[in-house]
Amino acid sequence: MSELLDDLRRGCPAAAAREARDSEVLGDVMPEVVAFPRSTSDVAAVVRVAAHGRRTVAVRGSGTKLDFASQPTSAQVLVDLSLMCRLLEHESGDLVARAEAGARLAEVNGVLGLARQQLPIDEVVPGSSIGGVVATGLSGPSRYLQGAVRDLLIGVTVVRADGVVAHAGSKVAKNVAGYDLAKLFTGSYGTLGIVTEATFRLRPCPPCRCFLTASFPDEAAMAPVLAELLHSQQALTAIEVDRRTPLGPISISALLEGQAGPLERRAEVTAKVLGGASACDGPPEGWGSLPGPVTLKMTAELSFVPALLGLVRELSTEHGLSPVLRGSAGTGVLFAGLGEPLDPTAIGAFLADLRAGCHLFGGSAIVLRAPVAIKGALDVWGPVPALDLMRRVKQQFDPERRLAPGRFAGGI
Amino acid sequence: MTPQEPIAPLLARLRSRVGSDQLVTDPIELATYECDGLAQYRVVPPLAVLARSREDVRAVVAECAAAGVPFVARGAGTGLSGGSVPAAAGVLVVLATMRDVLELDAANQRAVLQPGVTNLDVTRAAAPHGYYYAPDPSSQQVCSIGGNVAENSGGAHCFKHGFTTNHVTGLEVVTPDGEVVEIGGKAADPPGYDLLGALVGSEGTLGIVTKATVRLVRAPEVVQTILAAFGDIETAGAAVSQIIAAGLVPAAIEMMDALAITAAELAVGCNYPEGAGAVLIVELDGPIAEVAEGLAEVERHCSESGAFEIRRALDDSERARIWVGRKSAFAAVGRLSPDYIVQDGVVPRTALGEVLGDITTLSAETGIRVANVFHAGDGNLHPLVLFDAKVDGQLERAEEVSARILDLCLAHGGSITGEHGVGIDKLDAMSKMFSDDDVETMLDLRRAFDPEGLCNPGKLLPAPRLCGESPGRRKGAHPLVESGLAELF
Repeated sequence: MSELLDDLRRGCPAAAAREARDSEVLGDVMPEVVAFPRSTSDVAAVVRVAAHGRRTVAVRGSGTKLDFASQPTSAQVLVDLSLMCRLLEHESGDLVARAEAGARLAEVNGVLGLARQQLPIDEVVPGSSIGGVVATGLSGPSRYLQGAVRDLLIGVTVVRADGVVAHAGSKVAKNVAGYDLAKLFTGSYGTLGIVTEATFRLRPCPPCRCFLTASFPDEAAMAPVLAELLHSQQALTAIEVDRRTPLGPISISALLEGQAGPLERRAEVTAKVLGGASACDGPPEGWGSLPGPVTLKMTAELSFVPALLGLVRELSTEHGLSPVLRGSAGTGVLFAGLGEPLDPTAIGAFLADLRAGCHLFGGSAIVLRAPVAIKGALDVWGPVPALDLMRRVKQQFDPERRLAPGRFAGGI
Repeated sequence: MTPQEPIAPLLARLRSRVGSDQLVTDPIELATYECDGLAQYRVVPPLAVLARSREDVRAVVAECAAAGVPFVARGAGTGLSGGSVPAAAGVLVVLATMRDVLELDAANQRAVLQPGVTNLDVTRAAAPHGYYYAPDPSSQQVCSIGGNVAENSGGAHCFKHGFTTNHVTGLEVVTPDGEVVEIGGKAADPPGYDLLGALVGSEGTLGIVTKATVRLVRAPEVVQTILAAFGDIETAGAAVSQIIAAGLVPAAIEMMDALAITAAELAVGCNYPEGAGAVLIVELDGPIAEVAEGLAEVERHCSESGAFEIRRALDDSERARIWVGRKSAFAAVGRLSPDYIVQDGVVPRTALGEVLGDITTLSAETGIRVANVFHAGDGNLHPLVLFDAKVDGQLERAEEVSARILDLCLAHGGSITGEHGVGIDKLDAMSKMFSDDDVETMLDLRRAFDPEGLCNPGKLLPAPRLCGESPGRRKGAHPLVESGLAELF
């Protein structure tokens, strides 16, 4: 038995631990041991053992997004949170719920649904855990109305790099006491601490939903329609675009939710904007899912979304690629998915040009996920403004760089 | 009076970097900056600089950093927690002089603002395009966007529309070492750590915001407001519970108790239904068909819970008449009492009834009257604790009552502040809400931005419990304990 495993078993007898299996490789880094804590204090004990031995630590929820962003350069202890899967608190009258990080988003929503409430975060990657959604800050179509993960998260319990447990926020949505560390941890990929519990504000489940979809031949045709949807007063939940081939038609889908009677009227008004649309109470194919296996995330100012679609079309031709484009036109966050054959040189050149274009449109482009072999050849993050401040934050929270080193922007 | 060390040499250097008309050294003029909206904390700064540009701010901060002099940013000075009270041996950076709407970009649903722009001016600028700025603190006519960002300001409409932090997409910040950093912009999700999330609500302790990009929200098709009168606060509370349980999301749900209503009547003659022990103001916004149906449902829940009168505003002037009582409530209690404390605490909404009952008991025990005004949708209480400072011991008792109300909030898992901030006023309460480890972790963030501790020092986070402590995380026993100079209790 390895020394590390022995230390873990002695330092945290409550958490099961074993040697890592070959299938648990993170990119090209092989963890030594995997620990299965059952509580925040277990996680703290595991991290203290790791801290004592100056070992590096990475976290896994349900393991669906480990290939997101950069790969860690070292991860000796893999902390698996799948046994921390309880919904700890749900007070329906307060529209608030607290869950352990390993709880699956879909399962949490299943329970909340019994009280006709929801945590309005789309399950972009099936099987995602609450902790994984927070660590990656991955939001889906309904962020247009409901806000992104960071907007819904109101409190966190974290285990720091030194194994100390800390809290920020609370279980009331309206709270300005202290720094809002919950937001800082959202999208930090486990590089600042391990989120073990998260508290969210909830929304009621809408009684009815209506998806309206219309197709447009090109960017010029969809641009005025998108502008009018953005300006709509019908309280749309989401505005999505989908383009399956670079030169193919662009579909715009709008989601409306609410009471049946008013919804019918709102859908009527919205369908007119779309110039006639097919209505459905279920989502269109691909709704809110990430195209891939290489997924680039692009952002732009809202009015540049059609131009961004045009840019992707031009660059696809230029670089001989055929990306699937999908995402939230209503918030200016789009995803390009590149399939086989995966040519790192072509993808790298495409990404560089795309990045320059996104910058002109006020946004950015990053590699959200890619197979390890491809990712190694790509500049995952590109230029990140305020990187120096981010390094200083990391330096304070994890001075020994033991939490998922290399997983984040700028080698953080 | 001539400024003393180290301000005098700093002043000399600043004369070459900013206009002399921007440097305030006259003690009488400086006295106007001695406090914010919470007048009990007063410090006259030795020097104030009226900033006109980012470069001015950068110059002042860089010189302060070089000289090791603390600095404090001030917007409109309407804060209610002492967050912009000057440092006694520091520089006050006044941003109310930077009040240009730099860009109103309706196509991108954004406004780019200097920090001194007032909250209401953003909506005024956006309105012709069919947009508005959603966070609406009661002081919106005068409070500044820079202050809103610092405090993560809320308002009456947070229940549906969120807080300042949900509406800021970009900030230009002069960091405490005098660098200008651009974070985010008009697009969503800037790559890297969510520094915007860290900065909004940081009470001016992480830097000085010199430009803010905010989200504009499409004006709703219709806004409908009702006023419902109840015999007592319990039945009004029951109506709120029913509204929430039904899955309705009103833009605002406000409640006032009998004492607050009396004050508002005396002050502005709001003409609320006679004999009301509590009133609810419920506002819905959105598509016409949806609001119409929702409003009928809200009225039904109010009636079923025992509302004895329900008024529906039929136009903007009627809506304004309903709101005037609520919006004037803070100032109005001046009619009931020579002095009062405005408290700001939050409880889980389901605990409202119990906490209000406890406040009534507390009031009866101490003889200190408490008027209650609150955002019922999100459990944000604003108890107004009434006292007469001329009566011996009343101030102390009022402060005791005010503090015990926060204890009640914490006992129910709530917060010590929903929108007014910690500032200096609630430093003690922070230690009740958060553990030393929690505070120490927050200090990590502060040290990342401001290792020298010059940026709005002494605010937001309580100082370490033992004096003589230098910054930096400690491991093992405290040195004073180890050396036998102090004992832990």
